[in-house]
Amino acid sequence: MIATQLPALQIIIPLFAAPIIVLVRRSELAWIIAVVANLMCVLVAWKLLGLVNEQGIIRYSLGGWAAPTGIEYYVDSVNAPLLLLVAAISAIVLLYAYHSVKKSVDSNKHYLFYAAWMLCLSGLLGMLITGDAFNVFVFLEISSLSTYMLIAFGSDRRALTASFRYLVLGSIGASFILIGIGFLYAATGSLNMLDLAQRIPDASSERAILVAFSFISIGLMIKSAIFPLHAWLANAYHHAPITVTAFLAGTATKVSLYVFLRFLFSVFGTQYNFEYLLFNVILLPAAVLGFLIMSVVAVFQTDLRRMLAYSSVAQIGYIVAGISLATQAGLTAGYVHIINHAMIKTALFMSVGCIIYRLGHAHRPSLDNLIQTMPLTCAAFIISGLSLIGVPLTVGFVSKFTLIGAAMEKGWWMMAALVLVSSVLAIIYIGRVADVMLFRKQRLPNPIPQGRNEAPLSMLVPMYGLIFMSLYLGVYGSKTLAVASEAATQLLGGFR
Amino acid sequence: MNTILGLYNYWIVIILMMAGLYILIARYNLIKKIIGLSVFQTSIFYLYITMGKVDGGTAPILLDEPASYSNPLVHVLILTAIVVGVATTAVALALIVRIYESYDTIEEDEIKAIEMQEQDS
Repeated sequence: MIATQLPALQIIIPLFAAPIIVLVRRSELAWIIAVVANLMCVLVAWKLLGLVNEQGIIRYSLGGWAAPTGIEYYVDSVNAPLLLLVAAISAIVLLYAYHSVKKSVDSNKHYLFYAAWMLCLSGLLGMLITGDAFNVFVFLEISSLSTYMLIAFGSDRRALTASFRYLVLGSIGASFILIGIGFLYAATGSLNMLDLAQRIPDASSERAILVAFSFISIGLMIKSAIFPLHAWLANAYHHAPITVTAFLAGTATKVSLYVFLRFLFSVFGTQYNFEYLLFNVILLPAAVLGFLIMSVVAVFQTDLRRMLAYSSVAQIGYIVAGISLATQAGLTAGYVHIINHAMIKTALFMSVGCIIYRLGHAHRPSLDNLIQTMPLTCAAFIISGLSLIGVPLTVGFVSKFTLIGAAMEKGWWMMAALVLVSSVLAIIYIGRVADVMLFRKQRLPNPIPQGRNEAPLSMLVPMYGLIFMSLYLGVYGSKTLAVASEAATQLLGGFR
Repeated sequence: MNTILGLYNYWIVIILMMAGLYILIARYNLIKKIIGLSVFQTSIFYLYITMGKVDGGTAPILLDEPASYSNPLVHVLILTAIVVGVATTAVALALIVRIYESYDTIEEDEIKAIEMQEQDS
C-alpha cells in the first residue's frame, strides 16, 4: 500500500514538516522535526531507488488523474539517484547545522530558518521528481523563494543585498522558464513531459519550439549558475549562513542542471539542429571559459567561502562540458560529476563552517598554522580539497578521468588539455590555503588562540560521515559510474 | 495590417515585457526594480491568457447547446503563476525593508558604495 504512494510522500513529508515547525516554534524541537522529516525523505528516496532498479520506471498519477490530464510524477534511473543525493546531503547538513545555526542565527528565528529549509528541500525534490513542465516551474519557485529567505538569514547585512540580487536574477530566470513553457504549451497543447516529447516533432511551428527552447535554456542556465550567468552565486554563497551555503552548493545548482538535462535530452530530444548549435556554439565555450576564468578568479580570493563559490562555478563548467559533448561518455562524465561535486563541495563548505564557528571568519591570510588548533577540520578541508583537485582515489579523480576520456573519445584534445590546466589552477587555490594552514608560522600578533580548539562533535561527525562516503565512492568509482552510465543511456534514449 | 492589429495582444505583451526588463536593469532604486519585475511577470500572464483565447469562445461552462469555449487550463496555470508572483514581490519588499533598516538607503549605487567602503576597511 505505502510503496505505491512513495513518489507523493517524497514531497509531502518535507512540505508538511514546514508548517508543523512554524506551529511548534521552539528551536530545539523545530530542529528535531526537521531532522526526522529529512531522514524520512532519505528513506523514501532510498526505497524509490531500489524500486526503480528492480522494476524500472515508476509513473505516479497525482490524485488519481491519469497523465496527460493530471500531473504525473516520473521516477527513472536519471532522477532516482539524484533524489537520494539531495535528500541525503540535506540530512547531513541539517545534522551538522544545529550548533552552527545556534551561533549565527537569532534564536527566536530558528523555527523560521528550519521551516524555510524544509520548503526548500521539498521544492528541490519536487523539481527532480515531477514529470510535468509547469510543475517544474512551481517547485522551482518554492525552492527559490525559500532560498532567498535562507540567504537573508546571514549575519552580515550584505546577506540582504546578496539575497535581493539573487531574487531579481532568479525571478528573471524563472520567468524565462515560464515563458518557454507557455510557448511549448501553445505549440503542442500539452504540459506533460512524456507527452511533450512525443508531440514536439510533429509541432506545426518549429519556430515556436525554438523560442521555447531558448527561453527555457537561458532560464535554467541562470538558475544553475552556468558561466557567464553566475553573477548571483558568489555573493549569495559568501554571505549566506555557512550551513545554507553547504546545503545549496550541493543541491540547488545540481537540481537545476538536472532539469536542464531533462529538457535538453528527454523533452526536446537531440534531433534538432539548434541543439547542436546550443551545444557547440554556446554551452561548450561557456563551460570551458567558465572553468578556466573562474578557477583563476578563485586563486585571488582571500575569503574561503568566496574562493569556494567561484570554484563551484568552475566545477559546474566541468559538468556542462560533459553535457555539451552530447555523447554517452560525455553525459556519464557530466552526471557523475553532479554527484561527486555535490559531495566534495558540501564537505568543503562544512569544514569552512567549522572554521567560522571557532574563529568567526574565514579569511585565508589569518589562518596561520590552524592545524595546531583545529587538526580535524583542517584535515577535512585538505582531504576534500585533494578531491576537488582530482587526486587519484578520490571522487574528483573519477569525474575528471571520465570527462577527459569522453573529450578524447570525441577527439576534442584541446578541451581535455584545458581541463588539466584548470586542475592545476585548483591545485594553486587549494594549495595556498593548505600552505597557510599547515606551514605558516604565526605572523600576525596572535590572531588564533593556542591549544586545541576543535569544532563540536555534532559538526565533525556529519562532516566526516560525508567525507568517508565520498572516499568510499572514490575508491569504488565504478559504483557511481554505473549509475551515471545508466542515467546517460536513459537520457539519450528519450522517454520510454 | 493583420500582423499589427490581429496580433494586438502580443504586441502589448512584448511592449510590457521590454518595459519591465528595462526598468529592472536601468533603475537603481530597489522599489522601482521590483515594479519592473512585476510588470515583466504580468506581461507573461497576459501572454498565457492570450494564448488560451478562442475567437467567439465563451467561458468553459456546461451549456445546453454545444459552444466553442476558451481554453480554461491557461487561466488555471496563470492563477498559480500570479500567486508565485505575489509571493516573490512580498519577499522582495520584505528584503527591501530590511535593507533600508540596515543601510538607510534603497538606492543600489549608494549601497554599492557603502559595501565597497566596508570591503576596504
